[in-house]
This record gives sequence, structure tokens and C-alpha cells, in this order.
Amino acid sequence: MDFHLTSEQLAVRSMVHEFAETEIAPIADAIDAEHRFPEETVKKMAELGLLGMIVPEELGGAGLDYVAYAVAIEELARVCASHAVIVSVNNSLLCYPVMTFANDEQKRRFLVPAARGEMLGAYCLTEPNAGSNAANLETVAARDGNDYVLNGTKLFVTNAGPASLLLAYTVTDRSKGTRGISAFLIEADRPGVQKGAKERKMGLHASDTREIAFVDCRVPAANLLGQEGQGYKIALDTLAGGRIGIAAQAVGIAQASLEAAQRYANERVQFGKPIGEFAAVQDMLADMATQTEAARLLTFRAACLKDQGRPHALESSVAKLYASETATHCADCAVQIHGGYGYLADYKVERFYRDAKVCEIYEGTSEIQKMVIALNVLKQFEGAA
Amino acid sequence: MNFDLTDEQLEIRSFVRELAHKEWGPACECWEQAGGIPDAVMAQLAELGFMGLAIPEEYGGNPYDPVSTALVIEEMAHVSASLAICVAVHNSVGTWPIVTFGTDEQKRRYLPPMAKGMLGAFCLSEPDAGSDASHLATVAVRDGDHYVLNGAKNWVTNGARAGLFTVLACTDRAKRSHGVSAFLVERDAPGLVLGKKEDKMGLRASDTLALTLEDCRVPADSLLGAEGDGFKIAMTALDGGRIGVGAQALGVAQAAFERAVRYSKVRQAFGSPISDLEAIQWMIADMARRLEAARWLTYHAAWLRGEGLPFSRQAAMAKLYASEAATFVTHRAIQVHGGYGYVREYLVERFYRDARVMEIYEGTSEIQRLVIARSVLKEGVAPMA
Repeated sequence: MDFHLTSEQLAVRSMVHEFAETEIAPIADAIDAEHRFPEETVKKMAELGLLGMIVPEELGGAGLDYVAYAVAIEELARVCASHAVIVSVNNSLLCYPVMTFANDEQKRRFLVPAARGEMLGAYCLTEPNAGSNAANLETVAARDGNDYVLNGTKLFVTNAGPASLLLAYTVTDRSKGTRGISAFLIEADRPGVQKGAKERKMGLHASDTREIAFVDCRVPAANLLGQEGQGYKIALDTLAGGRIGIAAQAVGIAQASLEAAQRYANERVQFGKPIGEFAAVQDMLADMATQTEAARLLTFRAACLKDQGRPHALESSVAKLYASETATHCADCAVQIHGGYGYLADYKVERFYRDAKVCEIYEGTSEIQKMVIALNVLKQFEGAA
Repeated sequence: MNFDLTDEQLEIRSFVRELAHKEWGPACECWEQAGGIPDAVMAQLAELGFMGLAIPEEYGGNPYDPVSTALVIEEMAHVSASLAICVAVHNSVGTWPIVTFGTDEQKRRYLPPMAKGMLGAFCLSEPDAGSDASHLATVAVRDGDHYVLNGAKNWVTNGARAGLFTVLACTDRAKRSHGVSAFLVERDAPGLVLGKKEDKMGLRASDTLALTLEDCRVPADSLLGAEGDGFKIAMTALDGGRIGVGAQALGVAQAAFERAVRYSKVRQAFGSPISDLEAIQWMIADMARRLEAARWLTYHAAWLRGEGLPFSRQAAMAKLYASEAATFVTHRAIQVHGGYGYVREYLVERFYRDARVMEIYEGTSEIQRLVIARSVLKEGVAPMA
């Protein structure tokens, strides 16, 4: 047992911390207000290797472990959750499945540029009628000679606007249920890829979320990721790791909320003393600090298991569920401690509050996490009854 | 970073686990009914070295690292929270203060018999001094080569059996907490009057007494540390004690959780095991995530202590979180059991009663929040490194 971060993980933390404070913090409020995708900082993050953190160096990535990855995502989210999700989606949902399931040719064509940030990735799973029930896809890919022809609509696609590479899940054989789902890597400039208007979201304004429709979109068979019918397995494996990224993002929002609340509680004077001396405020701070610490430990725990190549579906779901609820709770308390000022955009906690909420929803709602946890626990007890 | 127990820690855990389930588990419901742990078990604990976990070998101890100690307490609590608290109190606030603050003479005199099973008890709380622990009414007045102690102490765990009582008393009221001193009072000291055993909701096999000190004369060399050191000794001992309560809470919660999951798989309703019902799966997930968070907060605090790093805040977090997790989990375990959970045979009824005190003793949840909040306000919230 060793809870110390390694020197490499600490170096990543200080590098990303410094970058977030100097490059992102000055624009975070503006890009939120303007709903603007921050191309300038995304480019800089690519130069720092943040878009391919978990990809081996020989494939264009930074070759970091998942703990370092979680540390980096946390540091980004601490300043701007939109930046965190941009990075998290490219790493967890695009690079990871490609490096795990792609053939060498696909890795050369797609992974190397994605890891370098020359292509930005987006993940197209959710549909109008397939949210929590991700197997209920309606988008189809029909074989036609050496191509597949895709038709269907994908929703809530993060990075959709700027994305140049899409990973789309489609039905290739409806009769086989989840074993009839296949994943495709699709260049976003292919004919038949139609990007919708930017969604107007409660938070994560600087993250670009859209609908993407495939209309007779012709994709070469060489773009099939893994085997035909392997798509659902790829999606589940990818989401288990992706949850570590969202958990880390939530920890970053919780940490930012805690820091803001701590500062304000020391500064703000009412009834002749700093409000931090009142038990009501202390109670909130104590619970925020405890939950943030627990959320971070759970996130690192899941990341360690992933790094060790051990099963981590249960632990990733626990981390994601716990950390996301911690983020909303901490952001809520931070607004409360700030009083009326907390309701103003000037104080940042207002943004944390809006940004936090989606962590309980995307990459598997809290309800789906609970289902995953319960089914995994019940499986562990098989034969033990 | 890695979350794995060392081989030695795994060995210790499986040794205690086996002992707990094979030897103690079947009998410990009888201990609760009888209101005490059998002498033979107490002798066995001493023989196995569990009474000297904080005592150096040169004084006959069997020193364990803090994580291993937490594992011992956790595994004991898995079958008997009474057993766990007896051992935890003896080690953390019974022997540890003597190891840390005692003179050579005090160590030579007390530690070897304590390692062999002479129980230690800690007398801090008073009828009018609970959470406000420095507000003591008990006084110690110097009289030549002696001190004369007068006052009343409450909630003395292990009181009925203890051979040595560490008593906190005022030596200089004007100095408030800096005027509190600690005394080592032997069981047969004249004027040490033990009260009757308290009739408690749970932990019925652990004895808890009130006692009075009536012109109790102890030699001047019974003073532990210097005059005025008492409050500091008490607070640092309680920091360690809180890890023990965290581990105890974890053990009880784990036991309740396992019983609830097993029961849910065998109990049939509406034509299938109740584990198929979403309401039950929800409870399982909510129990599981709290357990995981409690586990890592507790082990993390213990690990920090073993590394010689500051751990006071983390110990308070572990104690706060794990105790609240234990009441939550035991409550849900009863709910999963339905009516059967309300009757003694199913044990979760006892776990529920046992868990409740963990939010109270060794610092109430309110005091833990105060400790955490003060630390957060003063020292900030840097993430673990």
C-alpha cells in the first residue's frame, strides 16, 4: 500500500496545474459566457500531450498511466470543467478503444493523429431512443461491397463541432441483439455526416455538444473497429475506463468548490467574525472536504486497478457515482456559503454548480452506475449464498 | 501509488478473519447476552499478541503498522464490535500514550503486563465534560510526593476489567486546557471507586463504567508526561483512536452488507430472488459505495500515520465517514431483511445497535466536523500527494 503519487504523476500534476492557472483560468469565465470552444488552449493542450495522455509514446501519445491521467483531468476541471471533458473524451472514449481494438493500419491512420491532437475525436453512442439503454440502437450500418452505409442519428456528442474523427456505434445485425452492434471510425468530413446545431446546455458551455446524423454515409470496411458484432463489448470496456475520467473531472469540480468556499469562509465577516467560525459553515466545509478526499481515493483506486490490468468496472462505477454526487454537493454548498454572491457569475462557484450536474448524467447516469455496482456485487457473491 | 495490502498485511488479515469466523463468531452472540467477553478469549488475545500492537518488542509487545492494526480491528468487528472496541481502546488510548509519553520506568512497569493482557482504560469524559473535553471538573492536587485526585469519570470502556486507568485531571484550572494533566492510576489505588456497568443499546459485551476518584492518592511519578501535557496527550491518542473506530465501523458495515447481499439472493418474492428487484439493487449499490469510501478513508489515514505524516484531519474524516456509513449500511441491511432483520437471530439487528455509538464515542460526528473544518480553514485543502 502506497498512497504517494510517483514523481512522474507529481510532475504531471504541477505541469497541468501551472498550465490551467496561466492559460485556462484567464479565459474560463469568458468562454463560458460566450459558449465558445477554446481552440487556442486545445491546441496548446495538444502540444503538451494532454490529448493522448494514455496512448503509448510510440503511437504519438504521452505514455502516462491512468493515475497520472486522473490527476491531469482533475487539475483541468479544477479551473474549467469544459477543458476536462474535451480532453477526457478524446483520451478515454476515442484513443482508448482505438489503441485497444484497432489494427495496426487503423492505429497509424487514426490513433497517432488523435493522440497528437491533429484529429479531435468524438464518441457517438447515445441516440434519441437509446440513452441508458445503450443497446437499443437504431442507427444501422448496412454492408455494401467493400463499404458500409450508415443511417441514423446520434445525440449528445461531445466535441462534435470541432471533431474530425468520430467513433460511431451502429447495428449491423439486429437479430443478434447486443452482439449485432459494430463500431466504426469515421472521418467527420465524409459525405453524409451532418452535424446539428450546438446544444444550449446548463453548463459546460465551452464544450461543444451536438447531434450528428449519418445520412447514407458510406464508410470503407477498413474503418470497422474490431470485428463486426464486437461494438457493444468495445462500448462497455471503453465506458468503464471513461468513468475514471468523469470521476476525475468531478473531483476537480469538488476541489475547486471546496477551495472557493474555504477562501470565502475565511474572508467574509458577519456578526463580527468570519463566517467560517459558525458551525453551520464548518459542517458544510467538513463534509465537502471529507467527500472530496473519499472521491479522490476512489478515483485513484479505480485508476490503479486499470493500470494493473485488473477488473475495474465495479470500482470505476463506484468512483463515478460517488465523485459526481460529491461534485454537485460541494458546488451546491459552495454557492450556499457564498450566499447571494454565489448566485452571480462573477464568483465562479455559480459555474461550478452548473458544470457539476452533468457529471451525474453523462457516461452513464447515477442510476446506471448503481445498476452496474449492484450487478457486480451480486456476481461477486455467486455461490456464496 | 498502489492500493494493495502487503503480503504481511494480507496474512494478518486472513489470520484474524479465520479466527474470528471459526472461533469467535459462533460464540459472540452469547457474549452479548452474557454482557462480557470470556476470560479465555481475553487470554487468547494476549497470547496472540493483539494486546501489544502499539508496544515495542523490548517491552514484550507485538508492534504492528497502523494499517495492520486497522485490519485486525476491522476483522474483529466483522463478528463482534464489542471485541473490536475492547482491543482498539486498549491499544490506542490504553497503551499508546504510555509508549509515547511515558518515562522508562513507567514503560518498564506497565507495558509488559499490558502486552500480556492487563487491560488499559482511558478516563477523559465526565458527567459535564463530553465534547467539551478540556472543561474537566476532576482535579489533581499535589501533596508532597503524591497527587490527590477527586472527581467523576464517565464512559470508561474496559473499566470493569482494566488494570490501569489513564485519568485526565486539572492540575491548574487557570491554564484551562494547558492545565490538564494525565495520571496512570492502578486499579487498586485507594479512592478509585468503580461504578456499575452501563446498560447500553449495543456493544453489550464491552463493559462501560462510570467511576469516581475520592481522595485517590497516587505517587507523583504516576504523572504521564509533564504537568499540563494531559490535553495534548489525550488529543493525540484520540487521533489514533479514531482510526480504530473507523476500522471498527468498517468491519460492522462489511458484515451487515455481506449478510444483506446473501439474504437478497436467497429470499424469494414475486417469483424470483429479491436481488432481482431494483429497490434492493439500489440499496446494495448505496451500501457498496459507502463501504468503499469508508474503507479507503480509513486505510489512508492509517497509512499516513505509518509513514509518519500528519494524519489528524484524515483520521477525523475516516471516523466521521465510516461511522455514518456503518449506521447507514446496518439500517439498510435490516431493510433488506424485512421483518427478519428486526429479530435477533439474523444478527443485523445487533449490528444496527452496535453501529450507532460509533457516531458518538471518541469524538461525536459534530466534533469530527469541527476538527476537519478548523483544519481546512487554517491549513487549506491541498490534494493528497
